[in-house]
Amino acid sequence: MTQHLKVDAPDHESRLDQMAQGVLGEPVSRSEGQHKITGGATYAADAGAEGMAYGVLVQASVSAGRVTEIGEVPGVLAVIHDPRMLRRAAQGMSTEGPDAGPQQVDFMGQSVALVVAESLEVAQAAAHALQVRYEARQVPVMPDAVDPEVPEDKQSATGDLDAAMRDAAFRVDQVWHTPSQAAAAMEPHAAVAQWAGDCVTIRAGLQMLGFCREQMADALGIDVGQVRLLAPYVGGGFGSKLGINAEAVAAAIASRQLGRPVKVVMSRPQVFDLAHRRSETTQRLRLACDSNGVLSGVGHEALVSNLPGSEFSEPVTQATPFTYDAANRQIVHKIARIHRSCAGSVRAPGEAVGVTVFECALDELAEAAGIDPVELRLRNIPEMEPGTGRPFSSHKLAEALREGAERFGWADRVAPRARLEGEWYIGMGVASAVRVNSLVESRARVTLTPQGRAIVETDMTDIGTGTYTILGQIAAETLGLDLAGVDVKLGDTDFPRASGSGGSFGAASSGTSVYLACAEIRDKIADMMGCAEAGLTLQDGTARCGNIVRRLDDIIRTPLVGDGHLEPGKTEDSVRQATWGSHWAEVAVNRWTGETRVRRMLGVFACGRVLNHKTARSQCLGGMTFGIGMALTEAMEHDPRDGHMVTRDLAEYHIPCHADVPHIEVHFLTERDAYVGPLQAKGLGELGICGAGAAVLNAIHNACGVRVRNLPATPDKIIAELEI
Amino acid sequence: MQISLDINGSLRDVYLDPRTTLLDALRSHLGLTGTKKGCDHGQCGACTVLLDGRRVNACLTLACMAQGAKVTTIEGLGSSDALSPLQAQFLNHDGFQCGFCTPGQICSATAMLEELAAGWPSHASTDLEGPFPLSHAEIAERMSGNLCRCAAYSNIVDAIQNAAKDGDAK
Ligand code: FES
Ligand code: FES
Repeated sequence: MTQHLKVDAPDHESRLDQMAQGVLGEPVSRSEGQHKITGGATYAADAGAEGMAYGVLVQASVSAGRVTEIGEVPGVLAVIHDPRMLRRAAQGMSTEGPDAGPQQVDFMGQSVALVVAESLEVAQAAAHALQVRYEARQVPVMPDAVDPEVPEDKQSATGDLDAAMRDAAFRVDQVWHTPSQAAAAMEPHAAVAQWAGDCVTIRAGLQMLGFCREQMADALGIDVGQVRLLAPYVGGGFGSKLGINAEAVAAAIASRQLGRPVKVVMSRPQVFDLAHRRSETTQRLRLACDSNGVLSGVGHEALVSNLPGSEFSEPVTQATPFTYDAANRQIVHKIARIHRSCAGSVRAPGEAVGVTVFECALDELAEAAGIDPVELRLRNIPEMEPGTGRPFSSHKLAEALREGAERFGWADRVAPRARLEGEWYIGMGVASAVRVNSLVESRARVTLTPQGRAIVETDMTDIGTGTYTILGQIAAETLGLDLAGVDVKLGDTDFPRASGSGGSFGAASSGTSVYLACAEIRDKIADMMGCAEAGLTLQDGTARCGNIVRRLDDIIRTPLVGDGHLEPGKTEDSVRQATWGSHWAEVAVNRWTGETRVRRMLGVFACGRVLNHKTARSQCLGGMTFGIGMALTEAMEHDPRDGHMVTRDLAEYHIPCHADVPHIEVHFLTERDAYVGPLQAKGLGELGICGAGAAVLNAIHNACGVRVRNLPATPDKIIAELEI
Repeated sequence: MQISLDINGSLRDVYLDPRTTLLDALRSHLGLTGTKKGCDHGQCGACTVLLDGRRVNACLTLACMAQGAKVTTIEGLGSSDALSPLQAQFLNHDGFQCGFCTPGQICSATAMLEELAAGWPSHASTDLEGPFPLSHAEIAERMSGNLCRCAAYSNIVDAIQNAAKDGDAK
């Protein structure tokens, strides 16, 4: 029997709050942490294998065209140029292999061949020496060099925005630009493939194994049952490992051809070229309000880019329709088809750049209207979802703003350039945080052994998100066990298929499937105890029904197995589900150099039930720090002549380092969201980045009076506008 | 070429391509995969190991150059039943998420505390002569060669401050 739940109705029962173990939500340390701090955690590239050969990808040196000739290099095992090799990575949740056939080149840096040798050193040298000839094609690489596509289903309008802008007491009409950005997970993409008969096992850094398995089978032209994927540890993802990529397919093809295991690890520059980038965006924001700061018009236009034929286009305006009320609204979405590397999902696709720019615009409106930015936001929070009239599953924006203002000391904020400490202007900024929420189908199996230990199995991944720990906590809470009494096994497609890690749905989706599996075991224990499940208390390895108390290891003779299966249901559409929060930043801007230092930051978030306060907080720290990078340092620069990525290593693409990040505070609001099922938990891996950069940029303005609309706010851009 | 390396207290003989970095020697030839390769270019710090107690990027060090030195990797700093104070505090303070940069962070922090104790100033020091308080700014500055995209930075500083206190208490 499988405990199946389709979330068609809200779950107000809060059954988990009636459990007795008291471990869920606790800030316990990561259960796999010991392995990570001692070097024992095995990531994809750590796998060794008898007789392993090393493959190195070779990249195209033209922007588009055709490969006409692949040369030869001595001393290698093989130079592989197979029609099944990928031209781009699979988009998240795709069930098919992405575009293949490296004979065709779509962007400079695309993978065109794999060189395999006995050693890494030989493979690297040979890949470098390999001569590839092309028939090159002239193609556009700049977003403004083409007439963009304007897909009908991505445009919308209500009321008359032009009239609202004309009649407004205060208005903002400005254009922002955000550059291409990289996920830049610290673990480069890596795969080790090995065949046994007609079946291949691939150890790789991947976020969503179920989907990746389907993509891989399709890419290799074999059945899903012939592919096993292993990803027990993944060194960060942030979207870049949602789908399969060139290295894993090439490793599988090479391993088949050579009859031995093959390891392919991307170099850091290859990761920049071959992993999806977040598209650059050009965003025009039009905001209109009356003399009280009540919005009458909201216009959000976005121009993004991607390769011809790629379905993904950065959903910049995703949260715009429901975040604030306004009678007159317009959404415009345009896609430039150009030959830069493939664009795809990077942490919080849509909101990461869309909310950030929107919240900067709102700060400008507050300034124009002479209304405190917190107050302006509070005046425009809708009761129901604008446009559809649906209720919100929960709504904590107002509380997040009030709580944050109090905690951050917002009342001490002064006018721009009014606070100077030495040569530093000091300022504060605020932004709302919002991110859509969803569930994805997920399965898990839980086994309770006669020794009273629980084993959780699911092909879910832990990419730093804390999955090992929270799934253990859910099982421990529901089955009344010590956390140490639960073994969580992840990252293997032999286990039941989970949602995977992406889109902030991983914890709630896989967590609910584990809860359901445990619920089935609870039913079985209640049966054995001769009582109803509702009257069963499981705690510290004992079962209690009324006056009867038994130890689990006394009553369980054969392993009890529970299978949990979660599916999203009607609550996906019956309500607007989102997570909410507020961002606060205090910065110092140097009056002579234009350098910005973030002095402190606070995030206040509501994401339903918090499953582990320690790991949840870390997720938010990560998102907020991405926001610092977006605001101040991160930019992928494309060569305007050929589109190639210029800033393709970690010395050129500046992710925040220790010295860029102050002590950050995170505060969670108490919340339960019944519309996401019995766990009542929502995602938060992405909420932390949505708007964080705006708090920093708004603080820069409050400090020194400069608005930077062309991100990131590097010193050169600030100093150009600074009044001495 | 045949070389001999002193790693975590034991002498290991290994036959290597002269181009092999210390990082690849550890990972691919000596089975010590705790040290990570994040960039292979000296830009991320994931490969940090100790050479005679000083932190180096193993990806920028040829294996043959490490002969005669004592190499300490994350595996040599502590084990699950005998964690070093830094390892224990990284766990307590959640000084990591995905864990990929973590061995490098811990090796780096280990040597960094020695540098502090030896009176080395940093860009963040207000006085070149010291003393150097274990402030956020001082630690963040000295740890900036170790990138963490998961951004456990705030927690890593907490972990290092507390580990240093533990060390003082002993
Ligand atoms: S791998 Fe050595 S510094 Fe990045
Ligand atoms: S813990 Fe993931 S990069 Fe530092």
